[in-house]
Amino acid sequence: MLGYTLKRLIHFIPVVIGITVITFLVMHLSPGKPTDAVTDMNAKITQEAKLRLAALYGLDRPWYVQYFNWIKRLSALDFGNSFKDGRPAIKKILERLPATLLLNFLSLGLILAVALPIGIYSAIRHRTFFDKAMTVFVFIGFSMPTFWLALLLMILFGLKMGLLPISGLHSLNYAEMNLLGKTIDLARHLALPVLITGFTGLAGLSRYSRSSMLEVIKQDYIKTAYAKGLPESAVILKHAARNALLPVVTILGLSLPSMIGGGFIFETIFAYPGMGRLGYEAIMSRDYPVIMAVGTIAAVLTLLGNLLADLTYTWADPRIRYK
Amino acid sequence: MIKRAFNALKENRLVFYGLTVIAVLFLLALLSQVLSPYGTFEQNLGSRLNPPSLKHLLGTDDLGRDVFSRMLYGIRISLSVGFVAVGISVLIGTLLGMISGFFGGKIDTVIMRLVDIMLCFPSFFLILIVIAFLEPNIYNVMVVIGLTSWPGLTRLVRAEVLSLKEREFIQAARLLGISNFRIFFIHLLPNVVSPILVAATLGVGDAILTESGLSFLGLGVQPPVPSWGQMLTAGKEYIYVAWWLSLFPGLAILFTVLAFNLLGEGLRDILDPRLLKRKT
Amino acid sequence: MKNKLFFFAVLPLIGFLSCSKTGDYSKIKAAGEPEHGDVYVASSIGDASYLNPILATDSASGDINGLVYNGLVKYDKDINVAPSLAESWKISKDGLKITFYLRKGVKWHDGRPFTADDVEFTFRKLVDPDVRTPYGSDYMLVKNFRVIDRHTVEITYKEPFAPAIESWMMGILPKHVFRRGDFNSNPANRSPVGTGPFRFREWKTDEKIVLEANPDYFEGRPYIDRYYYRIIPDQAVQFLELRNQSIDEMGLTPDQWKAYPEFFRAYNKFRYPSFSYTYLAFNLKKPLFADKRFRQAIAHAIDKKEIIDGVLLGMGRPATGPYPPSSWAYDDAVKDHAYDPEKAEKILTGLGWSRRGKDDILKKDGKPLEFTVITNQGNKLRSLTAEILQAQLRKVGIKINIRIIEWSSFIHQFVDKKNFDAIILGWSLSRDPDQYLIWHSGQTGEGQYNFISYSNGEIDKLLIEGRRTFDVKKRKNIYNKVHRILAGDIPYVFLYYPESLPVIHKRFIGPEVAPAGLGWNFHKWWVSKSNQKYVLERY
Repeated sequence: MLGYTLKRLIHFIPVVIGITVITFLVMHLSPGKPTDAVTDMNAKITQEAKLRLAALYGLDRPWYVQYFNWIKRLSALDFGNSFKDGRPAIKKILERLPATLLLNFLSLGLILAVALPIGIYSAIRHRTFFDKAMTVFVFIGFSMPTFWLALLLMILFGLKMGLLPISGLHSLNYAEMNLLGKTIDLARHLALPVLITGFTGLAGLSRYSRSSMLEVIKQDYIKTAYAKGLPESAVILKHAARNALLPVVTILGLSLPSMIGGGFIFETIFAYPGMGRLGYEAIMSRDYPVIMAVGTIAAVLTLLGNLLADLTYTWADPRIRYK
Repeated sequence: MIKRAFNALKENRLVFYGLTVIAVLFLLALLSQVLSPYGTFEQNLGSRLNPPSLKHLLGTDDLGRDVFSRMLYGIRISLSVGFVAVGISVLIGTLLGMISGFFGGKIDTVIMRLVDIMLCFPSFFLILIVIAFLEPNIYNVMVVIGLTSWPGLTRLVRAEVLSLKEREFIQAARLLGISNFRIFFIHLLPNVVSPILVAATLGVGDAILTESGLSFLGLGVQPPVPSWGQMLTAGKEYIYVAWWLSLFPGLAILFTVLAFNLLGEGLRDILDPRLLKRKT
Repeated sequence: MKNKLFFFAVLPLIGFLSCSKTGDYSKIKAAGEPEHGDVYVASSIGDASYLNPILATDSASGDINGLVYNGLVKYDKDINVAPSLAESWKISKDGLKITFYLRKGVKWHDGRPFTADDVEFTFRKLVDPDVRTPYGSDYMLVKNFRVIDRHTVEITYKEPFAPAIESWMMGILPKHVFRRGDFNSNPANRSPVGTGPFRFREWKTDEKIVLEANPDYFEGRPYIDRYYYRIIPDQAVQFLELRNQSIDEMGLTPDQWKAYPEFFRAYNKFRYPSFSYTYLAFNLKKPLFADKRFRQAIAHAIDKKEIIDGVLLGMGRPATGPYPPSSWAYDDAVKDHAYDPEKAEKILTGLGWSRRGKDDILKKDGKPLEFTVITNQGNKLRSLTAEILQAQLRKVGIKINIRIIEWSSFIHQFVDKKNFDAIILGWSLSRDPDQYLIWHSGQTGEGQYNFISYSNGEIDKLLIEGRRTFDVKKRKNIYNKVHRILAGDIPYVFLYYPESLPVIHKRFIGPEVAPAGLGWNFHKWWVSKSNQKYVLERY
């Protein structure tokens, strides 16, 4: 297994290089320079000053030279400094990573806790009213523009009922609270975001576990288990669900990029200080080092997620052995 | 086959719902010229932000334009974004998937590595970069969504082709010396149509949603051309002053995307009971 | 003695009772002695970039820097140059030499004294080619900078430069803080040490910036204890937060401002002209627009009143030229081009255009009269204006296409490269009326601000004269003339002067609109003890 892990890790390299090359090319072949945001439409800035700024950033060299320099620095884990405020890109990302991971883990937890039961039960009660109602329910979540749902719930829970804060991650006096207070405060701020990411993300997993379950139920060993006279709950939970849900792990790994991607819209509407917003702002202000860093780190996280999922799968299912 | 499909349709009300909604949308899009009480771009600053009434069924927007007329026009925009984007992704995905599966070897490795790269990309991130750096307009939006959504389909088609390759009729065709080209288009293509159809149906819904997300970030279809996503985004600023501006486009997106998803799921059942798993 | 922050809805557990939603602020009177305390919660769409006035270019950084740093001089409420870190100053007869006499006893937020060395240091950084400041050009004209003693500096210019005094409103940086390390990436750019009314306390990126009152401020300690700057990127959500009374201040759109009065029961609404204008500019390099009669026709075809009534809901004024009415350079004798579509069409007919074909668009030699107007993304008023212009010009038979382009490529690919027919954009102006960079014929290079390639010998002469003249009356004459000539020449169709429409929570006493705007006396605002929403408990 160690050998397998190593092999997978080595396979990361071309993928990461591919991703960075694509990002870099797209960025450099398109109009606009990062110095625009600093200098444009400011009647006090002369053209010489603009050129001086561009040279200072090294933007006057061809893209492949810039890419090569970038890779060289990356090998020392240096992502460069943000054009926007001169801080190391990696530092800016690390600042946001906890908030992003916290939200994503909580939503994943919620999705698992809700989607799996829905999937299993829909399969058992295949083609019943429950099955159909759940199909519609999970797809409504999937089909709703996230930001619209978010606004509607903010109005309902925040403004009309006054139950939850509308946006942000902390209250004004967060720093002065005790541990319990902090936890509760955080929970109240996270409630709506988690609820919404959860609801909009139910479809994939619940549909997957439903069809996986449907297939397993038809197998002979399940029929045997029933024939032995085992109670239904035991058959379902002990025999069927276990085998049906194993592949779900890999689905989780694959859903990572869309979760990070979904953050762009989500974090903007909730004024949530996460990585998606950092990426979006970097794109809009042509902050090359930060765009590259966000792209690379998101890709690496995804690859690690996939690897972890595969490893868990192997570990949980003794039938599978990788060479 | 057709009879079975018809029976399944009768049985499956959700598919029926999906088909109905889509059919109605097509009808409305075709008849939009006739049905629109006002011009799509016709401004009337004297009657801005009027609530729904008999005169303006769904109210008016911030330039006094009739929301109902714009919604009708928006069907065309939103559906074309969905269909063109999916068309592009199906074309690329099918072709690459079939080549990869059929020829195998080096070319397979290269294509699959490319698929790996694309799948590890938060694709929305890539879409954002391209559109932000080019120019947000309806064509760029369609093309970019299409260009970033093919990898899943490629995998699906490749897997399908791999299993077909081992089947007797393909083996027989090869033995008979039929050219690769013929095998490719006459024997393989028709047999991968059902999974493609399912993926495409689901893809249309996805593309419409992606467009609305891009619109939220100001990178979708540009005014004065109305897409539902753009109308919803413009309307959210007025969510308190004029609720109708966001409610109707929001509901339209919800029901349309829902319809495509239910139809896609249903098609999966109907077209190929063997293909129960939702491949990703 | 450390301050500790407590809310009157003390525990988060009962926080959802929410602060003073039912509060009655109708009886607040600006009477009695000002009292200390409370927190002011402001909000912004974007986060700050540098809390360093010579590096920052965005408005969020500007908001914070304005509270933390001081310049040598400032504008008072009536936009006269007034003392700040400099107590007084002297300008030599030829206008080439300025001597600033600095205020004594001023302390930086870390307790160190403020001296002439700090001023010199700031100047050196402004002209240092390695410093990523966009503001260097104003200071390049300085020939010699001399520190005379601890509290006197003398600045000599290469040539007379009337906006020189205004340029010293730039925030002054502490030399002792920046001495070590690289200037551009100095940690102090994220935790500033200034001399201003508020001290820096905390910055959580993309979430909030917190400031606290500076007890040693040389104009007196601010009454408000803390300033809390929240980053809320979506305007719809910002409005929800305002309705929830979780923020104390917001700049509104005309539609929000005119929304139901019950939304604003807890807020005072303000309204004043902003120091800017929005315009439609023509690319004068294109033959179509080079003809002044054609530009005249367009000016007559545009109904500014409809735009102002329709989009600004009347909260703005039709613009007549490059100076807003609140500028001393504004000439109110300048007459605007009247809305007269018939006259417009007559001019166009005279130029050889005529309506033909069933599309009802003017044509000449079989070619339709059609051009493209571009504007930047993210400015709702501008894109609505574009859509209205489209409809108005259509009436006289001109077809215009609209393209809305993301800011960076808009500027770089279209404006800088002069790759456009017409543009809708706005100028946010400095108080000094010098607009040399915008109108002088020598400023038409790539990336310079005369991107329409305007060239008028008389304007060139006036602009140079204006820069060299110190006498305000003479300058007023010069710029009045500039205003008049540009209005007649129509290089731009000057569309409107928009208004600022902020609301501020009613518990704050002191906000007052003056020619300088609203926040000019912020450090004197206060909340009476009984109305304080966030209570600071002292130990």
